[in-house]
Amino acid sequence: MERLNVNLCGIELDNPVLAASGTFGYGLEFAGIYDINLLGSFSFKGTTPEARPGNPLPRIAECPSGMLNAVGLQNPGVDAVIRDELPRLREVFHKPVMANIAARSPLEYAEAAEKLAQQEQVGWLEVNISCPNVRCGGMSFGADPKAAAEVTRAVRAVTKKPVIMKLSPNVTDIAEIARACEDAGADGVSLINTLLGMRIDLNGLPRGPAHGLAGL
Amino acid sequence: MDCKEFTIAENRPLTEKVHYLRLAGDTAAITMPGQFVSLSLPGFFLRRPFSVCDRDAGSFSLLVERVGDGTALLHTLPAGTNVSVLTGLGNGFTCEQSGDQPVLIGGGTGLSPLFWLARELAAQGKRPVVVLGFRTAADVFFEEEFCALGICPVLFTEDGSAGRKGLVTEALREYDCSMFYACGREGMLRAVCEATHAPGELAFDVRMGCGFGACMGCSRPTVSGMKRVCKDGPVFRKEELLWNA
Repeated sequence: MERLNVNLCGIELDNPVLAASGTFGYGLEFAGIYDINLLGSFSFKGTTPEARPGNPLPRIAECPSGMLNAVGLQNPGVDAVIRDELPRLREVFHKPVMANIAARSPLEYAEAAEKLAQQEQVGWLEVNISCPNVRCGGMSFGADPKAAAEVTRAVRAVTKKPVIMKLSPNVTDIAEIARACEDAGADGVSLINTLLGMRIDLNGLPRGPAHGLAGL
Repeated sequence: MDCKEFTIAENRPLTEKVHYLRLAGDTAAITMPGQFVSLSLPGFFLRRPFSVCDRDAGSFSLLVERVGDGTALLHTLPAGTNVSVLTGLGNGFTCEQSGDQPVLIGGGTGLSPLFWLARELAAQGKRPVVVLGFRTAADVFFEEEFCALGICPVLFTEDGSAGRKGLVTEALREYDCSMFYACGREGMLRAVCEATHAPGELAFDVRMGCGFGACMGCSRPTVSGMKRVCKDGPVFRKEELLWNA
């Protein structure tokens, strides 16, 4: 089993298997099924500075390639995660956890990052930049190298912990975005956030999530 | 919650669209009417959630309406087929506050979790009234099964081709209802809440992802924030609910 050890940005993992953000909540639900310490780690549900209710139902749609989802970042907000979820997680998970954050501006990203980075349990910050940048007409931060770099710098400035930028695949040149993040101080990139998709019934209306476009 | 392999013991049609399935295996985690199970189907990524219609120590039953490819496949699986099932999912109905004459209202396959509930309430010496609504006579099922419990249902069809013409909400005006329990489409549930001042519990049927609270795929608004239908529900009290416009 020692052959599975890996080092991720300076933190040793027993193995390289991490459950991705959004698939694993804040760990408690799966902890009821098996010992989640078997994992190398996991990235918890995308957490925003403020609580978000998420999108109306339906939020998911099965398709031949997998599952479309448009959950809409439902989460209780960073303060509630620190107050409620992390203490519960500490009872069942004894390894560093990856804190996934999302926000609407570089300042908000920094706010969420700074609060979570101060938590001992948090090993890495994983930064979801597939969020609309309202200053740029809603285009995602991850679609523009300058915007991606700005977010990276903002998070970098508030923590010495590893900063991993989670990139969007819905771009023309993902390598350019990755390089911009690296130059701005990221310790790594996480590939990839969801691919845009839609499920349509040829005989009728769209049968996907209520949101229309979703992520595969 | 538990994950166990079950074997299909029965799979037979009740109507053109609805099948009765009974699956044999360890049902210990299924403890309350209102809970649901989630079946893994070959060739599909997502499990399919269904309310438990009834259960005993060695099997549980489901009422499955064919609404898509997964349920269409489930209709074809013969007795003897093994199926992986997550059991004991969700909360259940609360029987203790039912009062003496609770009214149970089911629309279509929404009647499924009400069957075990009716049996349980009757076993507690209560006198449940069961009201079932369907579109048309050809859609009616499970009337005899309720009668075998000694609780013959009040039947409504939208076109009047069987039972009384109209919607199930009309029955609420006729009974001095100590409490209601309802399951069916969201529109019906909302109409039931608006039709009576009696307290009630409602079981929701929504599309689900994981089925046990991890993916946030099934949340709905309540007065105390977003709640996961799979984990915090599927049964909610009437006063908790907020309705989408």
